[in-house]
Amino acid sequence: MKSSVIIFPGSNCDRDMDVALTKFGFKNKMVWHNESGLPKSDLIVLPGGFSYGDYLRCGSIASKSRIIKYVVEFANSGGLVLGICNGFQILTETGLLPGVLQQNKYLNFICKNVYIKINDKKNKYFKNIKKGVLELHIAHNEGNYFCSKDELKLIKDNNQIAVKYCDKDGNENDESNPNGALENIAGIFNINKNILGMMPHPERMIDKYLSGDDGSIFFQNLIGNLK
Amino acid sequence: MKVKILVTLKTGVLDPQGKAIQQTLNGMGFNNLKEVRQGKYFDIEINENNESKAKSIAEDMCKKLLANLVIEDFKII
Repeated sequence: MKSSVIIFPGSNCDRDMDVALTKFGFKNKMVWHNESGLPKSDLIVLPGGFSYGDYLRCGSIASKSRIIKYVVEFANSGGLVLGICNGFQILTETGLLPGVLQQNKYLNFICKNVYIKINDKKNKYFKNIKKGVLELHIAHNEGNYFCSKDELKLIKDNNQIAVKYCDKDGNENDESNPNGALENIAGIFNINKNILGMMPHPERMIDKYLSGDDGSIFFQNLIGNLK
Repeated sequence: MKVKILVTLKTGVLDPQGKAIQQTLNGMGFNNLKEVRQGKYFDIEINENNESKAKSIAEDMCKKLLANLVIEDFKII
């Protein structure tokens, strides 16, 4: 399986993502944002970070990069596109995913482990995953998911909510919502579920001695589903 | 000509920064505040002398980059 990680000026989780993808069997390539075309890939990843210093709005400048045209083409032809954190923000700014990520409700940068509940398993990312609640890491200032009421209805009707913040037993409540996200939304799909954007970082949870192992579950499952 | 653009959050969209500013102002003794909303201001010089043409270019820029229409409105002044 081949993957590509796009690097924008200010990306800082690109190498972690490369390590994670490689560890679980992807042949990964790093692609600079100014390239005119993508290498042949089964998965494109937009990594976390602070592309263009978060100027204007997080992800807004990166969403106009030259490479994005090719990412949109790839996504529209059914290719898998995964956006983590700033990658999620870039996906909403390109319009590939609905809604926006606003500043956290209490104005603080949040850097901690959270639990997320997998809300939908009928997709390539979470199909066959046994664990329903994963412990992953978040580190963001703008992760407060928001969309209009009409959009939210559409998202729910189409089962586009991918993951939700919860406590370790899987209960969704205000206490387990770190940033004020609408309905505890931590990640969403596009309507065809080939595009996934989420705030938590699975690539930071691939070593049980250093961090935790639930990111490993995510990547192992993903590559298994693609084979 | 110069174009001035205001980008503001739509009514009903949470504005935590505006709220924090409001609370600070309250704490400073400005007790007659109803609401504070924070926005963005752009001063853009366009190589175009025709006002309506310049404004239409500015509108295009707002729709494509300067504002996120999911949560923001813009005004060209």
